[in-house]
Amino acid sequence: MSTVEHLGRGPLGRDELAALVARDIPPGSFVNLGIGQPTTVADHLPAGSGVVLHTENGMLGMGPAAHGDEIDPDLVNAGKIPVTELPGASYFHHADSFAMMRGGHLDVCVLGAFQVSARGDLANWHTGAPDAIPAVGGAMDLATGAKQVFVMMTLFAKDGTPKLVPECTYPLTGLTCVSRLYTDRAVFHIGRQGVTVTETYGMSVAELASRLEVPLRTLGAAE
Amino acid sequence: MTAAVFTDPDEAVAGVADGSTVLIGGFGLAGMPVPLVDALIRQGATGLTVVSNNAGNGDTGLAALLAAGRVRKMICSFPRQSDSWVFDGLYRAGKIELEVVPQGTLAERMRAAGAGIGAFYCPTGVGTPLAEGKETRTIDGRDYVLEYPIKGDVALIGAHVGDRMGNLVYRKTARNFGPVMATAATLTIAQVRHVVETGALDPESVVTPCIYVDRILDLSATEDSR
Repeated sequence: MSTVEHLGRGPLGRDELAALVARDIPPGSFVNLGIGQPTTVADHLPAGSGVVLHTENGMLGMGPAAHGDEIDPDLVNAGKIPVTELPGASYFHHADSFAMMRGGHLDVCVLGAFQVSARGDLANWHTGAPDAIPAVGGAMDLATGAKQVFVMMTLFAKDGTPKLVPECTYPLTGLTCVSRLYTDRAVFHIGRQGVTVTETYGMSVAELASRLEVPLRTLGAAE
Repeated sequence: MTAAVFTDPDEAVAGVADGSTVLIGGFGLAGMPVPLVDALIRQGATGLTVVSNNAGNGDTGLAALLAAGRVRKMICSFPRQSDSWVFDGLYRAGKIELEVVPQGTLAERMRAAGAGIGAFYCPTGVGTPLAEGKETRTIDGRDYVLEYPIKGDVALIGAHVGDRMGNLVYRKTARNFGPVMATAATLTIAQVRHVVETGALDPESVVTPCIYVDRILDLSATEDSR
C-alpha cells in the first residue's frame, strides 16, 4: 500500500468523511460514536456489518434516531436525542457502561476534536477560554478506554491554522490516545513512529506537509 | 427495614436537611425524578451539594431547584447544554460552585461509595486539567489518578416499577445513574410509575434490590406517571 493522493477534487464533504470512517470500522466491532458529527458515521455503516453501537448512557445495540410514534422519552442517546433499539440490544447502568469502556471492551470510538497532536494527544472538551463553562461528559473516559480512538475533524480551523499540531494548546482530554485521524484534507495514522498520511483529498502530500508543522511519513512508494 | 411507600411527594422527601449532598438521577430528562425534585423545592432544604450528570435542563426539575437558589455546589460531568440557561446564569454570576468530573469517574465514585471502597486508581483524566493536584500512580506501566468516593445523604432517583419492599426495575436508558445512586446514599428515595405487590416482580429481573431503597413514591395516582 502506498499513500493515495486524490487530486483534481476538493476537500471531503461531511458525508464523505463520515463514509470514510465507516469504511474503516471492522465488521462486528463494538463502537461508540461521539456526539455531533461522529453520530453520522452510523448512517454509512453497510447493512450486515454486524457493528454494535454503544451509547454511554447505558445501551448496546442502539438503532437509528426515532421518529414520530417511535419517540420514547426513556430511550435516548448520549446527545439526549430519541433513538431506537435493535434486536439483541441490552441496557445497563452508568457504572457498568463506563466499566465496559474503561475496561478495554469497546473496539472503536469516534470523536470530534479541537486539536490532535503528533503524538496522538487529544483536546476536545474545553477551549480553556476564561468565560467558557467546562463540560467533559464521557470524552475523557472514551479517549482513555476504547481500544482504538478515531477522530474526525476539519484539518484547518476557520482562520486556516492547523488542528493537527506538534503539541495541543487547548486543555487535554487524553494522552497518546488517538490512533487514526480523519479530516476533510487527509487521513492520518498516528503511532509510535509518528504521523503517517494514508490518503489526501484535493491536496498533495507536499502541499499538506508545507501547511503543517508536524513531520509526516507516507506509505510505500508515494513521493 | 424494607421501603416505605408514599403517594404524596411532599411526604416522600420529608426530613432532607440543609447542607445535604443530594444525588439526583437522570441523563437529561430520561430518568430525572422531576416530581421528587419539585417536592424537594417545596420542602425547602438549602445549601445543598447536588450530584447529577447534567446541571438542569429547561426550567423544570433540577433547573428549578437551581433557580430557587437551594444549591451551593454542583458536581456533574456535563453542565453546559443548549437548555442549561439556569445553571449558566448562576455560574457566570459566581453564585454556584462547580466540580466537573468525567462521566465514568462520576459513576464509579458513587459506585465506590456504595460498595465500601475507600478510593480507587482510575486511568481517566491522566495528564489533563481534571487530574491536577490529585495523587497519581503507575501500575504495570500505566498511569492512574486516585479518585475518592462520592457519598450522598440523599438520593432521588426515577425507576419504572417498584414492589412494596422496594425492589426496582427500570426502563430502557432511563436506568442510567439510578442503580448506582441508590447504593451510594444514606437515604434513597425512588419514584416509580406504579407499585406492584411483593412477589409480582421476577426476582431474576430486579435491578435494584430493596436493601438499597428506603422510600418509594408511587406516581400512579398522580398525573406524573407517564
